Amino acid sequence: MPEYTLRIRRYDPQSGEAPRWDTHTVDLSPVQSVLDAILKIKDDTDGSIGIRCSCQQAICGSCGVRMNGRPGLACNTHLQEAADRAWNSPDEDEGKAVITVEPMGNMPVIRDLIVDMDAVHWKKIQRVTPWLINKQPVPEREYIVPHENMVDVTQPMACIQCGACVSDCLSMEVDPEFIGPAALAKAYRFVGDPRDAQHRERLSDLSDDRHGIYDCTHCFSCIDACPKGVAPMSQIMRLRRIAGSDFDIEDRNNGYRHEHAFVNNIRRNGILHETDLLADSYGGKLKPAAGKEMMSGLPTALKGLSRGKMTPRTALGHPHKASPEVKKLFDTIDGKPKRYELNLYVSGYEDEPTGSESASEGQS
Amino acid sequence: MKVAYWPGCVSRGFTPELHGSMAQVAPLLDIELIELDRAACCGAGVIAEHNQELADTLNARTFALAQRTDGELMMNICSTCQGAQTECQERLDANTEYREQVNGNLTDEGLHYERGLTNKNFLWLLVEDIGLDALKAKVRQPLSNLKVGPFYGCYIVRPAERLGLDEEHPRDRYLHWVIEALGGTVIDYAGVYKCCGFPIITMNKEASLKQAGRHLGDAIDAEADCLVVPCPLCHLNLDLQQPVASKVVGRELGMPVLHLPQLVGLALGLSPKELGMNKHIVRPTSVIDWSTTVVAGAAA
Repeated sequence: MPEYTLRIRRYDPQSGEAPRWDTHTVDLSPVQSVLDAILKIKDDTDGSIGIRCSCQQAICGSCGVRMNGRPGLACNTHLQEAADRAWNSPDEDEGKAVITVEPMGNMPVIRDLIVDMDAVHWKKIQRVTPWLINKQPVPEREYIVPHENMVDVTQPMACIQCGACVSDCLSMEVDPEFIGPAALAKAYRFVGDPRDAQHRERLSDLSDDRHGIYDCTHCFSCIDACPKGVAPMSQIMRLRRIAGSDFDIEDRNNGYRHEHAFVNNIRRNGILHETDLLADSYGGKLKPAAGKEMMSGLPTALKGLSRGKMTPRTALGHPHKASPEVKKLFDTIDGKPKRYELNLYVSGYEDEPTGSESASEGQS
Repeated sequence: MKVAYWPGCVSRGFTPELHGSMAQVAPLLDIELIELDRAACCGAGVIAEHNQELADTLNARTFALAQRTDGELMMNICSTCQGAQTECQERLDANTEYREQVNGNLTDEGLHYERGLTNKNFLWLLVEDIGLDALKAKVRQPLSNLKVGPFYGCYIVRPAERLGLDEEHPRDRYLHWVIEALGGTVIDYAGVYKCCGFPIITMNKEASLKQAGRHLGDAIDAEADCLVVPCPLCHLNLDLQQPVASKVVGRELGMPVLHLPQLVGLALGLSPKELGMNKHIVRPTSVIDWSTTVVAGAAA
């Protein structure tokens, strides 16, 4: 059986000692899990390693860790899969595949690989009122939910609360107050449920919060981190879509204004005119908020002008105009009574996926 | 090779030096650019956030325009375009009924998107189609002693599956490989795969610029001479906004940020000025010094 070297980060905040890396070697099959390896090391060598785990079947969500820099469940990550993530590992330790195992990020460490989920993850889940608020009066019989609605919320419902997305959220890294991917995906689970009575209230709350849906930086980290395909960022975008287009919620973070300014900018110009977008995102050139923002951005703009990045003509006007055909697309599609969305998580790939194959082969 | 070329919006707006440098570099690499001048913005994820069918239609239109050319494939110079377009293409290619519904929106213009377009960022094309050996052979001024920090950003590496990252296409290593092929030294630092923060600049400026400032600071700590980016939106936050980011993170920065075609152009013998580096907000002094030394050394 192949030999794998695990570098495990050890840390006990109460000890007063700095974190350290312990190295262990295990002989296990490539398709055994990283958790299998850690449990074997605990059994054979060092019982003091702290890790939280239970079901070992990717259901309970307990064993979230970072393996070679990427988050995931230790129980459903094959040793070879984790080893392959290290670009330079074979040279590091005499040709043996090295797997570094660390606690998840964005959450304080309790001990070794165990992070404080209560302090961050669960607190944020609580923040979004994670239960159904019934419409009143409650019907005498069961509330029949249309099938398509239930299918629609199956994606956020697949969440097992492992915290992998929270671990790698790049917005949370700079803004710990950000409500974050897991909790916002949970929020969509109720906004997408026709039985819930407070869609508008939920969306207003999450739009207006400085650290709510408009604080997501669209980095896709949570999509890659999630072991269950929840795609939290996609759920955040759906919250924005419903807040902005169905409820017309004008939030104080310029989220609504930015989205509408962007869409109208492209409808008018075909390609983006940045100066207009900036002003319109703050409410338009004549709004005090826009004036203030434009003034604070003035040194940047002047520098841009002096370096020839832009000219007064391109800053104020725009050489491009959208063709009538492009304008018509905006009007026709935006004017449809019902928006159409294709969610591949639900629909699957009816046609053979093209994926990387199409990316590497010639154009048809 | 001939490619249907989508420059995106920002390379013709606030980062004109990107479009300009690509135009300079293309002939040196034997790339013929057929510009898709009728195509519209990819939506940068924002139009998709507003109305998915609208974003998918705008991009299907761009793809159809590309397929009308005799280009071997479609090439872009903006990671955000790559990410946003690949997301739309994934839906279009997955479902015939949906594709035809979207194509129905394009009938007025007589356009039709056929499934399976190849759309590559210049970075991917460099490695997969031109090839690193061919690139090396064209280097006239190896970037010796130039320490370059790759900044991939988000849209070109995540989600990995959608963007076709696999064993055969380790696209999250390509910037590293290109820097090495050009003779430069790769600097690994904490921000290599992080987000520049640009998408939330109008919503949460502090969080946005804290991201940019932190990565720039990490690159300075790792002693990089400059960063290289495949995305003009990253360039806006890392270069245009760098003086403000510096205030947000409370430290001196002054890190030059190069667009990928500029870095390639330098190694192919073009001067910083020809590549529009005088348009940058942060003067690429380290790069100009390097270039002056190399050119002077070669002349001596």
